[in-house]
Amino acid sequence: MTMATMNDALAAARGNRRKLGRDLAGLFVILALAVVGYLLFPNNLALLTRMTAIALLVLSLDLVTGYCGVATLGHAALFGTGAYTAGIAAVHFGITDPLLMLACGILGGVVAGLLCGAVILRAHGLPQLVLSIALIHLFHEFANKASSWTGGSDGLAGIAPDPLLGLFAFDLWGRTAYVFGIVLLAVVFALLRLVVRSPFGMLCRGIKEDPIRIRAMGASPKVTLIKMYMISGAVAGAGGALNAISTQVVGLDSLSFTLSAESLVMLVLGGTGSLFGALTGTIVFMFFEDIVSAANPFHWLTMVGALLIAVVLFAPKGLYGTIAAVAARWQEARR
Amino acid sequence: MSAIFEVRNLKRSFGGLAVTNDVSLAMAPGDRVALIGPNGAGKTTFVNLVTGNLTPDSGEVRIGGEDITRVNAIGRVRRGLVRSFQVTRLFQDMTPAEHVALAILQRDGRAGRLFGNYLAMPEVMAEVGDLIGKLGLRDQMHRRVREIAYGQQRLLEIAVALALKPRVLLLDEPAAGVPQSDTGRIEQALADLPPDLAVLMIEHDMDLVFRFARRVIVLAAGTIIFDGSPSDATKDPRVREAYLGSYANAGHAA
Repeated sequence: MTMATMNDALAAARGNRRKLGRDLAGLFVILALAVVGYLLFPNNLALLTRMTAIALLVLSLDLVTGYCGVATLGHAALFGTGAYTAGIAAVHFGITDPLLMLACGILGGVVAGLLCGAVILRAHGLPQLVLSIALIHLFHEFANKASSWTGGSDGLAGIAPDPLLGLFAFDLWGRTAYVFGIVLLAVVFALLRLVVRSPFGMLCRGIKEDPIRIRAMGASPKVTLIKMYMISGAVAGAGGALNAISTQVVGLDSLSFTLSAESLVMLVLGGTGSLFGALTGTIVFMFFEDIVSAANPFHWLTMVGALLIAVVLFAPKGLYGTIAAVAARWQEARR
Repeated sequence: MSAIFEVRNLKRSFGGLAVTNDVSLAMAPGDRVALIGPNGAGKTTFVNLVTGNLTPDSGEVRIGGEDITRVNAIGRVRRGLVRSFQVTRLFQDMTPAEHVALAILQRDGRAGRLFGNYLAMPEVMAEVGDLIGKLGLRDQMHRRVREIAYGQQRLLEIAVALALKPRVLLLDEPAAGVPQSDTGRIEQALADLPPDLAVLMIEHDMDLVFRFARRVIVLAAGTIIFDGSPSDATKDPRVREAYLGSYANAGHAA
């Protein structure tokens, strides 16, 4: 082995170790926050579980928007389809094992991802955004009309999941659902860290920056993006299933334009193109929303708006993105 | 030697204007051909037709004897017809190592893998290091593209193209925009291209053309007006009239 090759190998190994360290740090932060949340808000675990489900939706959105540059305001279609699939499986087909319900939700999300991807990726820019809005309205209206399956505007009730692994019943305080959600989020986060660093993740980043260059390398941007949409669907579907399992009801709001737009706001707040950013945005937005809506029920939306304007103006890379950029500059200066 | 790359009677019009008019050429492995012509001669249209980014009105494009006229741009790359761009098209937030690794993984059909990291693939890293080293980019290989000089970005364009192991390489003005002080490194990279690779270079820098090419094709108004050796090109009256002008009169290559 030549000296240059050895140096390259050493640099590669250092890079790998650094990334593994960040993965482990990310998992540690998720688990630490989960414990802190459990201790600080033992009577509000339902909110924390809802936050976990929405974090999965925002992570899913980050995959297509942050990593691939696809503009969408209809991503709740994947989340809601996952929620309804898990709920329908339980109510109409008697599939009440939570892990099987989760699998159904993931499958539903993948199919919705394939469908949405095939439509949305036919356009770019503003037309793409319009297509995504049209899709979320179509999904919403379909769920509303198919009321014999979905419960329509009354919501799909009567979901009664079995105890998790046959041991842990879903209790009134939401402890089982909370732990289930946190473990699910940690597993998904770890898997996504691997995916975004994989050759496929690199390809997606390339497509976001220059699809023509990617075509000139012999890769198909469209096939790649549809694949990413399906992965994104699996993640959002898992979030939807978690929501169905934990709340034991699925409403039309899970397939709403509002939820789609809010998830995009959370992503921008935290910082696009980073899994840490997606998590940060979800936590900050949902906590802020919870606190200010309790403190001032009349003007809380104004405060949320003010926070967003402040972040967009003063931290355009999002909260995590800005902190990460400052940390990188500081590290650069130390070298 | 049999042709690795052939263009037969290629035609393309926009409205009533024939931008590529009955163009035919053939290249064997190892050929070093320069395609030159004044602005508006139809060089870019020709490259777009050959690479599958435009559809010809008639004519054929063949690589290794296979008719690829109906094959899309991606399929042509997979068959070994690779291009570089006149204006650098690189991913600003990626490193040169990532660019080359991605091209290698794509060539080997592994770019769609959901798990694994090129840094942990010794055979990929060895090839990345080899290619980057040959083009003199080793010190920059783990820096972001936005942080490296433009001349080095042009070299990276060539590295990415070579990583795809092309049979035919179309170089679109590889020295465009590069400061005079850095063109030597580009010329060296061109001189070091694999000997069995057929290279068609579009270039306005006549010094570079005459040092690189063993054959020159001159395009004017969408038609080939000259196909021969560089020294003959400077003597041809049609070429002088259409393009070379003062360069030939100055006697650089004569």
